[in-house]
This record gives sequence, C-alpha cells and structure tokens, in this order.
Amino acid sequence: MSELEKRYSPGLAAQTKRPIEDPGIEPHRVRMTDKSEKHARTAEKQIAAMFGVSVIGAIIAIWGFFAFPIVDGDLSATRNNSLWMGLGMALSMLGIGFGAVHWAKTLMPDNEVSELRHQARSSEETRAQALEVVKLADGESGFTRRKLIRRTMYGALAFFPIPGIIIFGDLGPVVGDTLRHTMWKSGTRLAKDPTGIPIKASDVTIGSVFHVIPEGLEDLEEHKLEEKAKAAVLLVRVNPEDLNEDPAKADWSYQGIVAYSKICTHVGCPVALYEQHTHHLLCPCHQSTFDLANHCEVVFGPASRPLPQLPITVDAEGYLVAQSDFLEPVGPSFWDMRK
Amino acid sequence: MTNSTEQKQGFVGGTANYLDERLGLGAVVKGFGRKIFPDHWSFMLGEVALYSFVILVLSGTFLTFFYQPSMAEVHYDGSYAPLKGAQMSIAYASSLDISFDIRGGLIMRQVHHWAALLFVAAAGLHMLRVFFTGAFRKPRELNWVVGFLLFVMGMAAGFTGYSLPDDLLSGNGLRIIDGMIKGIPVIGPAISSGFFGGEFPGTEVVARLYSLHIMIVPALIIVLIGVHLMMVVIHKHTHYSGPGRRDDNVVGYPLMPVYVAKAGGFFFLVFGVVAAIAATFTINPIWNYGPYDPSPVSAGTQPDWYIGWLDGALRLAPSGWDVVIAGFVIPMGVMVPLVVSLVFLALVAAYPFIENWVTKDKREHHVLDRPRNAPTRTAIGAAGVTFYGVLWAGASTDLIATNFQMSLNQVLIAMQILLILGPVIAYWVTKRACLSLQRKDREMVLHGRETGRVVRLPHGEYIEVHEPVDKYELWKLVDFKEYEPVLPRPDASGRITVGNRLRSAISRLYFEDRIAPVSKAEYELAHADHAPAIEDKPKSKRKPKALTK
Repeated sequence: MSELEKRYSPGLAAQTKRPIEDPGIEPHRVRMTDKSEKHARTAEKQIAAMFGVSVIGAIIAIWGFFAFPIVDGDLSATRNNSLWMGLGMALSMLGIGFGAVHWAKTLMPDNEVSELRHQARSSEETRAQALEVVKLADGESGFTRRKLIRRTMYGALAFFPIPGIIIFGDLGPVVGDTLRHTMWKSGTRLAKDPTGIPIKASDVTIGSVFHVIPEGLEDLEEHKLEEKAKAAVLLVRVNPEDLNEDPAKADWSYQGIVAYSKICTHVGCPVALYEQHTHHLLCPCHQSTFDLANHCEVVFGPASRPLPQLPITVDAEGYLVAQSDFLEPVGPSFWDMRK
Repeated sequence: MTNSTEQKQGFVGGTANYLDERLGLGAVVKGFGRKIFPDHWSFMLGEVALYSFVILVLSGTFLTFFYQPSMAEVHYDGSYAPLKGAQMSIAYASSLDISFDIRGGLIMRQVHHWAALLFVAAAGLHMLRVFFTGAFRKPRELNWVVGFLLFVMGMAAGFTGYSLPDDLLSGNGLRIIDGMIKGIPVIGPAISSGFFGGEFPGTEVVARLYSLHIMIVPALIIVLIGVHLMMVVIHKHTHYSGPGRRDDNVVGYPLMPVYVAKAGGFFFLVFGVVAAIAATFTINPIWNYGPYDPSPVSAGTQPDWYIGWLDGALRLAPSGWDVVIAGFVIPMGVMVPLVVSLVFLALVAAYPFIENWVTKDKREHHVLDRPRNAPTRTAIGAAGVTFYGVLWAGASTDLIATNFQMSLNQVLIAMQILLILGPVIAYWVTKRACLSLQRKDREMVLHGRETGRVVRLPHGEYIEVHEPVDKYELWKLVDFKEYEPVLPRPDASGRITVGNRLRSAISRLYFEDRIAPVSKAEYELAHADHAPAIEDKPKSKRKPKALTK
C-alpha cells in the first residue's frame, strides 16, 4: 500500500488480503533501429523524405493560389483553387506530422521512465504556514473583528453588479403586444409569396396550395422580415364537404378556401408541407402535424395548439381578403399569450 | 576565471543564454523538459480537441478579414450566377464572397467548419474516455467540471458560428431558438426581444452572435483550456493499469524529445487530415440554401451534429401537455426538452461528486480503471450514451422514415419508447457484460489461457492444456479496486437519516454484484493443486513462478 492510500479513508473500497504483487515495469524491448545502424539509417531517410514531401505540398498550395484566379461566373476556378490549395496544405502538414511521429517512434528512445507523483495536498508545514499568513492578514485588516465593515462590504459587493445587468436593458424593446398582432387587417388582400401578386378566389382550384403574404409586405421599407415571420399564411382549397367546420367559424372560409398561419405553434418553423389526400399539414422541423379539415388541430408531434386560422372572404373584385387580423397570437406559445 | 557566458556559444546556445538571462527559462526547461507522459491512443482524443481549436482560431481569423456581420439588405453581385441580383443580408453576401470571390476563402471556410465538427466530437469522445476510465476521481473532479464547461462552450461556439452566414438553414435554426426562448415562463418573451433586438429576426442578431462567436466564447474557451492544462500539469497525467504503474508514480516517456515530436507532429497530422477533408468534401453549401426568409423551409434539414440531440429532444417532446395556470401558458413541447436536456447536462457535470458521495473514497486515484472493473459506472455511462444517442437519432426521424420507407409517426413513437427503454436495457446489458468480462479475467488468472491442445493422461482422462498468463499480463488482470455496499447506519444521535438510507441503497445498486480481484492465496491454490498436471510451461521466458520473487 502506498503512502497516499494510507493517508486517506478508502471509503467502501474492500481491502484484498495478500494481493498479488506488482511485478514492476516490463523490460524494454529493443527495436530494430536500436540495434542495427542500417535500420536507423533507413528510418532517417524515411523521415527526411517525409519532410521533403511536406515542402512539395506547400509548393502545390502556393501554385494552386496563383494558377486558378477567380473568374466571374466560372465556378470551376473556385473549385480548383480550393481543391489544390487544400490538398497542398494537407500534404505539407501530413509530411511534417508523419515525419515527426516516425522520428519519435523509430529513433528517439522508447525506454519507459517512472517518475514519482506528489499529492496535490501541501505538506503539513506549508499548510500551517499558509494558515499563519491568512490569520496575519485577517488580524492586520481586522476583517473578522470589524463586523460593520465586513457586512457593508458584502452589501456593496452584492449591489455593484446590478447596474452591470440593468445596462443591457436596451438590448431590445419592451415586448408590448407586438407578438399578438400581425400585418393582416380587415380588407388586406392575400398575395402570393414571394411575388406579392394578389390572389383571386377563382384562381384557387380544389386541392391547390398557395404560400401567402399580405399585400403590401414587399413594399415595406423596414421590418419586412419581422412582419413576414408573423404574417405568412398557407392557403388551401378543399372540397367544402371535407371541411369539418365549427359553426362559429363557418364564415371564416370561402367556398372551401381556408387560410391558416404558416408559423408552427411549436417553435416557429414554417409549416410548409401539405398532404393533399389526408388534408394534413406537416412541419418539416419537428414533424408536428395539423389536420386542415379540423381547424388545424394537432394530430401528431410536439406542437400543442392548432394553427391559428385567418378569417377570409372576397372583395368586390373577387380577390381574397382578410376579414381581420388573426384572433389569437401566431407562432410559438409564450407564457402570457392568453392575457 | 573565465566567465562562461562570455564564451562563444553558437546561435542556439546564444539564444538560450539570452532568454535565460532575461526570463529565467532555464528553470522552466529543467522543470518541464523531462516531465513524463504516459502513452495510450485514447490520451490523444483531448489532443485532437486542443489542436482542432488551434485550427479554428487560425482559420477563423482568416475569415474575420472578409466577413461582415451586418443584416443590412443588399443585392448580390458576386460570381455565383444563380443568386445574382437576389436581395440578401450583407452577412450572407460576404459569406458568398468568401466562398466564391476570395482565393483560399472556400477552403478556409470548410477547414473552419470541419474543424468545428471535429472539435466538439473530439471533446465529447475525450469526456467519454475520462468517464469510462474513472479519470475524474480525486484529485481531478474539478478538472472534469472544467472539461464539461469546455464541451458546453464548444457547442455554444458552434451554434453562434453556424448562424453567422445568415442563410436559410441557419435562420431556421435561430427561429427554433427563438421559439424555445419565448416558451420560457415569465422571462421568455423579454429575453427573445433582448436577444434579437426586437422581434425575430430583426437586424441585430448576427452582429451580436458575431461578438459572442469571435470574442466572448473563444476567450472563455482559451481561459478554460489554460486552466484545464494547468491542472493536467499539477496532477500529472493518469496512466492505465499495468506493471509498475501505481497511484504514486507516472510511467511513460519524457516531454523532450519524445512528446515534443509526437504531440507536435500530431498537431500537423490533425491539421493535415482536416485540410484534406475540407479540400475534398463540401460542408454547409450555403449557396444552395439561399438567403434567410421566414416563409420557405426545406425538408430533411439537419443542424450540425452536436446540436442534433437538442433538436431530437424537441421532436420527441410530448404533444398536448401544455399547462395553463391562472391563464398563463407553460408550453411543455418546449419546456420538457429544455428541462430534460439541462438535467442531463447537470448530471454529467455532477457525476464525479455523486460517485464519490457513494464510495466515500478519499484517496487520490492515478491508475485508470478498465471499464469492466467498474461495472456500474460503465453501465451508467452506457445508459447515458444511449439516452444521448436516441435524442441524437431523434433529430433524423424524417430521414430515417424516408430512407427506410417507414411511417414517420411510427419512427417517432419508436424513438420515444427507445428514449425510456434504451438506457435501461443498455444499463443492464453493459453491467452484465462487464461482470462477465471480469469473470473471464479471473478465469484467465486462475487457470491460464486455453491452448487448444488436448492431451490424454495415463489414466485415460482427456484434458486441455492451459498456459499460465505471464506475470506482466497477469498484473493487468488483478490490479483493480473492489468496493462493497454499505448498510444504513445510525448516526451519533441514533437515527438513520434519509440521506444515509439513500446512500446505502445506491451503494447496493453499485456494488452488490461484484467480482473481487484474484488474491495471491487464490492464485497459489489454483496453481499448486492441479497445476502441474494440466499446465504447460509458458512459451515466453517470463514465468509466473517469479511472482513469489
């Protein structure tokens, strides 16, 4: 048993009575390069050759840079440039790496050496001296003795970082009710994404799907992506008989044309896949599945809320328009969304 | 008397003298030059991680010279024809320029991305090596925690960098992060607003991620690596059990020259392999995805591998568990994955302290355990790996379903079941396998190796000749520590506390089934009795007889 083991409690470790003894380090096995000068010479040449290959690799990389200048519209220049510089650099570095390792393994000594460890713990004497230092410093400063100073200092140290947190307050605006509203309002035309061309009800055949944005989105000067991230809608026309509509929401659709938020209620991916014969919408990110025929209720996957429905109708010219904004927040749930 | 420093010394001697007289480097070389490092392939995993990080700093610095972290909109006017004229952010346009209009840009982007994938992979494998060999035991518990933080920082560095090109794929990744943040009760929406500078996606987040990615996270990683390596120097490296390897020594080769050459050369090997992969295999072809737009998404997309387990957790989340308390919504589709993954990480970080709370072994351990010799720890590790692995595979449910022509829903449900059952099965199987391997080791020590030679004894009995294991190999098979479960004991006031009961129960879980190392008495008994009849003389010159000295 070593000194280390005697000093500390072994806990639940069982002590083997008369264990088998450690035979000590194995005798060194002589390598060919240790006993034959010829083999050592061969190894030396191999190592030198690898370092030589490394130089060649570097030259290839430099050649690759100059040999393939960028030509506008010609991707092969980029490809060759990247390939040859990469392969050249790889060769150059592998040459050095293999050379150095081969050197270590063949020509440098491989006798195993044993070195004693020292425990992390300081010696008793050092610990006593360290304790003295701490006590001295405590006495000189009066840290323990002067309670008033100590406690007010703790207070100060607890308070001083708070401005450091508050200072980040303007990282973003106060949330307000932006999460509850989108660009849609009464009369906004439904337009195709990304062209922005309004959609006529008569253009929507049964079974077809449109990716929809509110008309005017493309003309926004700022916050275009923010608005799109909330307002994106999927428009589908199904046979009205297939729709299992809530009577209260019966007038939200128009002749089997229904519009639902495209933003998944799980974590916000676009719900972009529509399966025509089942009327299911699938989010490709986490596979939440919504039943379009049943007010987009969740039929599978991690989402919990149905996709919000956009109430639509047609205007005088036959274009599809929103009756109002969504009546509930779109996208991922957040804690005070129902307030 | 001649002053030796004034003698002619040549260039090397002169330089050494110059530096020593100004920095006292002589003491450093004397102290560290012959420091002993043990040799084992598994010790290179941490090195791979370290070198990948160096590669990341080098290639990343190159990229910063050309990349512009701005979300202002421009019309693309670079060499990549399919996107000419498209509206996109400056961040995406400059990423395309790095790929197509700067010589060496694409190769450096790919080196950077591949090295990042390798960094997290090597760090993860290194953690597994440390876990399964018990290298986290006293005195290295704190270094385990530092290493854990490095792993988490590696994921953070990866994620913040992944989002910088502002392409469609990474934008959807940010969208998912936004959705998760928003789901956090009370503070979620405010944090989201602070992170994105308003509503998602805003115009700030890329620049903020850039600060994190090139300054804060790498600085933390560098500090943590410094602490990590300093502790390696303080503790000296562990070594595997073997002849002459004890808890109070370290057996291996000296830093100078052997490890300077091996480890130095290994850096070039890692860099060379990364460069070769980057030259020949495309990674993250951002030009195929297009600029970020909140509306489109492509099916079958995947995050970088190290984020996969979190994405898998989101996919396997239960449906319809949302809780509404006084009108406030707690979205469980987000909170369950978030809490489960945080608890998993916390358990990983705390494992050394948990195990020590059970064993109460206060000794320093420098000889590594063979995984089989700590069956319960190995089984717990296997359960953890399985849990992580199922979450990870969970991020590919759609690809599994399409590639193997299966129902997406059934694949996902199967994953949910596996997530619960898999770790239990892995635990049980691994524990049994470890105990069996230990029994095999005992058998080997007591009865030697089966030679396949069958002989007939004078009285007609047929036996197979066994060859004893030589003493050096034998030592590997018997050098391990065995622990015993503890019974609940009353404390000073005569009560048995809950903690005491719990510790006792866990100690039974750990150590009830155990195999003791062969003692000398057992060895001698086995070999004295029938040994002459069935044992052959060992072929090698090293005889086990020497065991008795």
